[in-house]
Amino acid sequence: MTVNLTLVLVAAALLGCGVYLVLERSLSRVLVGIVMIGNGVSLSFMVAGGPAGRAPIVSKGGDTGGLTDPLPQAMVLTAIVITLATTAFVLAMAYRSWQLNGHDDVQDDIEDDTIRRLALRDVTSEAYSATTSDYPGDDSSGDPGQGPDDDPLVADAAETEGRSR
Amino acid sequence: MNSLVPLPVLLPILGAGASLALLHHPRIQRWLSLAVLASVVVVAAVLLVQADRHGPQTVWIGAWPETLGIVLVADRLAALMLLVSAIVTLAVLAYSVGQGMTEDEEGAPISVYHPTFLVLVAGVANAFLAGDLFNLFVSFEMLLFASYVLLTLGGTAARVRAGTIYVLVNLLSSTLFLISLAVTYAATGTLTLAHLAQRLAELPDHVSLMIQLLLLTTFAIKAAVFPLSLWLPDSYPTAPAPVTAVFAGLLTKVGVYAILRVQTLLFPGSPLTDLLLWAALLTMLIGILGAVAQSDIKRMLSFTLVSHIGYLILGIALDSRTGTAGTTFYVVHHITIQTALFLVLGLVERRAGSTALMRIGGLARIAPVLAVLFFVPAMNLAGIPPFSGFIGKVGLFQAAQLDGSPLAWTLVAAGAATSLLTLYAVAKTWAVAFWRSPREAHEALEAIGDSVGEAAVEPVPGHDTRPVHQHRGHVHTAAGTVSRRDIEEARRLGDDNEPDRDFYALIQAGEDNRHSPLGMLLPAGALVAASVLLSVIAGPLYALGDRAAVDLHERTPYLSSVLTEEHP
Repeated sequence: MTVNLTLVLVAAALLGCGVYLVLERSLSRVLVGIVMIGNGVSLSFMVAGGPAGRAPIVSKGGDTGGLTDPLPQAMVLTAIVITLATTAFVLAMAYRSWQLNGHDDVQDDIEDDTIRRLALRDVTSEAYSATTSDYPGDDSSGDPGQGPDDDPLVADAAETEGRSR
Repeated sequence: MNSLVPLPVLLPILGAGASLALLHHPRIQRWLSLAVLASVVVVAAVLLVQADRHGPQTVWIGAWPETLGIVLVADRLAALMLLVSAIVTLAVLAYSVGQGMTEDEEGAPISVYHPTFLVLVAGVANAFLAGDLFNLFVSFEMLLFASYVLLTLGGTAARVRAGTIYVLVNLLSSTLFLISLAVTYAATGTLTLAHLAQRLAELPDHVSLMIQLLLLTTFAIKAAVFPLSLWLPDSYPTAPAPVTAVFAGLLTKVGVYAILRVQTLLFPGSPLTDLLLWAALLTMLIGILGAVAQSDIKRMLSFTLVSHIGYLILGIALDSRTGTAGTTFYVVHHITIQTALFLVLGLVERRAGSTALMRIGGLARIAPVLAVLFFVPAMNLAGIPPFSGFIGKVGLFQAAQLDGSPLAWTLVAAGAATSLLTLYAVAKTWAVAFWRSPREAHEALEAIGDSVGEAAVEPVPGHDTRPVHQHRGHVHTAAGTVSRRDIEEARRLGDDNEPDRDFYALIQAGEDNRHSPLGMLLPAGALVAASVLLSVIAGPLYALGDRAAVDLHERTPYLSSVLTEEHP
């Protein structure tokens, strides 16, 4: 199989630039990156289809030698249509994000961030404190095992007590 | 040639078109989608019987010659997956119809929901039936696009945030899939699975290994196998309950199915057992440790979802008949159970106003039906003996023990540990959300000093919080003067997704949703019943899984059925 080096190089360049852009925070840059990657992949299908040849149109009883392989081209068409739809959707999402937040940055997972920060500060988990305070019939809210009374992030003493249980 | 095979794809697609046309007749739209999915269940059941009795059913779409056409194949595994997914989607749709009928949210684009849901179903069915890799890619795109829309339904800030990550991760995995397709085509000149099965064996080892790794990476992203699983717990919990349910039940399993298909059909000589076993080990342990750390039930379940994908990968990695049979059974169990749990959580959220563990309590007494509905599948998920989760895990452990390598034994230990930790996670949820009283929950919340606590005190009777004096768009209270617009704004912001009051405060204010609509309870209850039924029919089902596994490892039933159909 002969390979068209130009196509390979162009596809590689497009993919490389696309990956660089996808690593950005701003959704519109990510989108440009995705479009570039999509085009690079489409080109790589051209490479996969083998050397270029005549247009793959066969008349009845005609010669089929030297035709381009039409299958990768059909696949690329599908891929292009899908990329188009993707672009439209991501663009709409970036716009909505801008409407809501005033920017279109890809944001961190809030809940995950909270849990990570609490873990870094070594705070007992909310659910743990909740279960340890869970004594049926005990109506004294000042149970020492209940966890810190004020700010959970600073009350170290109550916390160590909670953990030792 | 069996003309039933394309129907599970065609019916939902046509139904989606019709329900788009019926945009202004929501009632007809609902009945139409329900009818479509019910008929898919029937078709899938017939296909399963036929595939079990007469071998794989195939159709070359459009009767194209040779390798050019698209082939749909329903063998035992595909038909079984099809049937389970059809039942589950029918239940979820009935649930969301029940939800929609009682809530009737104005302004929510519910009319988009039905067509999109049907496209999702068609995509899932097409992925199970696809007989060539490109068709598999197209079906992935179908179900992904539908899932993008469903996940960002309504376009609230939380959903757009979660949707961004979900969409980007899946776009990249689709791109990777396309690249691996290009590589495969360049190396073999075909993408039909049956042809690939023959031609890949003739390739040099390193080329076929690269193709295998590319495909596995792609599918591992879809299936949320450990290093590639981090997107899942972030994106699933924000979606509406029925959407999360169907995502959790089906989308990752489509990835697992693709891995199973590719491993057994295309690369029988190169099982990569060690690599996959390590992936399974890490998926199980890291997933379940994540679940233990969560303080929201939805997120906890999303992490157990990731963790239990590890069991499925374990069965595939062993590359033996028993392993594959175990995975087949476990997939069926896990689809049912995970969907049921998320549906019940939707009801819990409706009843208690939240699924955050800190905010709810006492559901066992207040809503005993919900408590039973949660308890049964939760215990099933943890693998308590009479249930199907136990049977599936025993099957997988037996397969691992037959393999006998030290790593396989490690996996048995890790699987048991994961099962126990799952039990711990669901038991903690049970104790906190269902057993303690809402008052205790409220006091604990206050004691921890959560900002929610302070806001929650207000509506308690005796505290009249109505503004003292209103004058020209301003509210005058003892504390000072505030513009009414600001209050409105604050209320709107706070009200958005997360209610400011916990369950106790809601009960005190008398604003809790006492009524769980039958339209939602029945489908959720039916799925829970189905999950219990799985342990009753475990014998025949396991035998079917075993027969499917034999087919998969022999490969000849699949290949001969596809390749003789080619030249009728």
